Amino acid sequence: MPPVITAEGLYKVFGRRPARGVDALRQGRSRDELRDSGLTAAVIDASFSVDPGEIFVVMGLSGSGKSTLIRMVNGLLPATAGELRIGDDVLSDMSPAKIREVRRTRVSMVFQHFALLPHRTVGENAAYGLEVSGMNRADREAKAATALEMVGLKGWGGYKPAALSGGMQQRVGLARALAAGTDIMLMDEAFSALDPLIRRDMQDQLVDLQQRLDKTVLFITHDLNEAMRLGDRIAMMRDGRIVQVGTSDEILNEPANDYVARFIQDVDRSRVLTAGAIMEKPNEVLGDGQGPRTAHRMLRATQNPWLVVLNRDRTPRGVLWEDDVAAAVGAGRDDLPWSTVHEMPVASEDTPISELFTLAAKHLSPIVVVDDKDRFLGVVPGSRCSPPPASAARTQTPTPTDRPGVMPPPDQPPPMHREVRDEPAG
Amino acid sequence: MNPQDESLVPRIPLGDWVDVAFDWLKENVAWLFDAFTIAMDFLIGTLTDLLVAMPALAAIPLFALIALGLRSWKLAVGTVIGFVLVVSMGQWETMMQTMALVLIATLFAVLIAVPLGILAAMNSTVSSIVKPVMDFMQTMPAFVYLIPAVTFFSIGVVPGVFATIIFALPPGVRMTELGIRQVDSETVEAGEAFGATRGQILRGIQLPLAVPTIMAGVNQVIMLSLSMAVIAGMVGADGLGKEVVQAISTQNLALGVEAGLGVVILAVYLDRLTAALGNPGAYKSSLVALAQKAIAKRASATPTGAAVN
Repeated sequence: MPPVITAEGLYKVFGRRPARGVDALRQGRSRDELRDSGLTAAVIDASFSVDPGEIFVVMGLSGSGKSTLIRMVNGLLPATAGELRIGDDVLSDMSPAKIREVRRTRVSMVFQHFALLPHRTVGENAAYGLEVSGMNRADREAKAATALEMVGLKGWGGYKPAALSGGMQQRVGLARALAAGTDIMLMDEAFSALDPLIRRDMQDQLVDLQQRLDKTVLFITHDLNEAMRLGDRIAMMRDGRIVQVGTSDEILNEPANDYVARFIQDVDRSRVLTAGAIMEKPNEVLGDGQGPRTAHRMLRATQNPWLVVLNRDRTPRGVLWEDDVAAAVGAGRDDLPWSTVHEMPVASEDTPISELFTLAAKHLSPIVVVDDKDRFLGVVPGSRCSPPPASAARTQTPTPTDRPGVMPPPDQPPPMHREVRDEPAG
Repeated sequence: MNPQDESLVPRIPLGDWVDVAFDWLKENVAWLFDAFTIAMDFLIGTLTDLLVAMPALAAIPLFALIALGLRSWKLAVGTVIGFVLVVSMGQWETMMQTMALVLIATLFAVLIAVPLGILAAMNSTVSSIVKPVMDFMQTMPAFVYLIPAVTFFSIGVVPGVFATIIFALPPGVRMTELGIRQVDSETVEAGEAFGATRGQILRGIQLPLAVPTIMAGVNQVIMLSLSMAVIAGMVGADGLGKEVVQAISTQNLALGVEAGLGVVILAVYLDRLTAALGNPGAYKSSLVALAQKAIAKRASATPTGAAVN
């Protein structure tokens, strides 16, 4: 499929007569030399393409030009030089009216500080894009209500944004972009203003929505964890230039230069590859007091061969296995049939993945991840023998059925597993 | 002045030039001034007649009700006490005349100031021209406006309202420009990002969010109008100003205090009222707020209303 966003040699220079800045940069002048002559080069020779249905993350520290770059994609900032195409349409050739048309029908945006209209209700905010394009009230309210429901804000339409928490406000921002019905969503540090737990939820929700609705997402962040979690591909930016484009795996394993290497090493590598970062929440967990028949039903629903059992205080009690449960149900037993063969490996959420491997090699069970108070958080289905569950481990393990647009080559296992497998060899 | 200075720096007859220019205006665009005179005479005359025709004891409850509707019962009580005092001082009619002058002058000042402020906010060239002009208008002593006003419109209420509009204009323009410029740039960007036209952004985002600031400007316009309306008494505009001028020329302290108090009471009333207009959320016990609350309650009682409205 042809890419939906294509950037070729994009430049953005701020200041008087910016074109001379582009010439100077092309002749090899540095960004600092330009600054001396009163020009600021925000984006320098950026080329990339985003495929349909892909989450493409642009990652860089503040001042790296990533916010400028995203604003060039919908024409909020016109490029000084270079070409940007949405589908086959070249943005710089368009009249202002045509650009507005593109923004209404093809590219919507989610903002770092939400940018909701405080004098309008949540519902009116969500319907804003449709209102602007002239849709009648009844239709746009229906679409806004659908979008709000999608982001989990059903029934909040009548409130003013100020009545909502930050996370909920950003859901409204997301609903506004969804309601507009565009195939491309630009997200400018959309989750950076949220606290970590909410951010995590929003990331999950974004991936989920993206898979369901098959949107193309261009996501800007300064947070490497976020980039790794979300990005099908990541573009690393530094000082206005894109220094590397690749999957999270490629960036971790083959950093293009010292900058990227230092970045992933010093800043975040340990945190990216922890149990907490790669774990997933199972669809069903069994309560302490429930019996084998409930367990049986849940096992059928989740289609995993195992089921985590939690104590009342949410600490993990153990893992039940399909065969044992089936036998117990057949024998009409009422107590839970604990396995005599398998143990339950437990790891805290900040355990590095290298240590998880040792556990995964010893046990067939999924590794149970707990927080600092031993409460259950999720599981890492780390063992090679257990098939990935239907809910699939987000971007870390894209499965062909989930992500038609970004199928990994069949000979290349998903990054998480490869990381695990590589450890003992190295 | 030292005669030597005079020989070195030639006299520039700036004042004469302005005088000539105004004479020229008076001779050539007299129809414009005549039209202005007729319109203002009519508007202020009608409003004054209306306000004066109403018996004070009927008008005071009405003003109190407006105070209650927009702000609070406290202002309503204060209004009754203050206005009854004015009646007892025998200044009711003059206060109504001043009020008519102030309201009409404010209306025109706002009609000019807000669009000018919007233009200045959207275009920095306009802004850089408007700013020094506004500085000039604000710092030029208010009395000076009366001279050409009398030249153009002779004696009476019309030169008064003309000078008042000019004098009261600047804060309206400045605050409108400020209000629009200080709207969060990301919010405006959101409008652009969803394909809104400049007009849609102005109407749907910038103006609604600038309302509190613009209303603070309108409040300032009213206050300046009021202070100028008193000065307008010098050129024969009927009202409290004329009383004050008369009190000065006859050294009548009693009249001066009574007319002055009338101005103060009117000023407090108009100031508190327009302040409440600009920030309705702050006055939860006003009738308007109570009514809005009741409507919102009814809307949220029906589930579909809550979901989409």
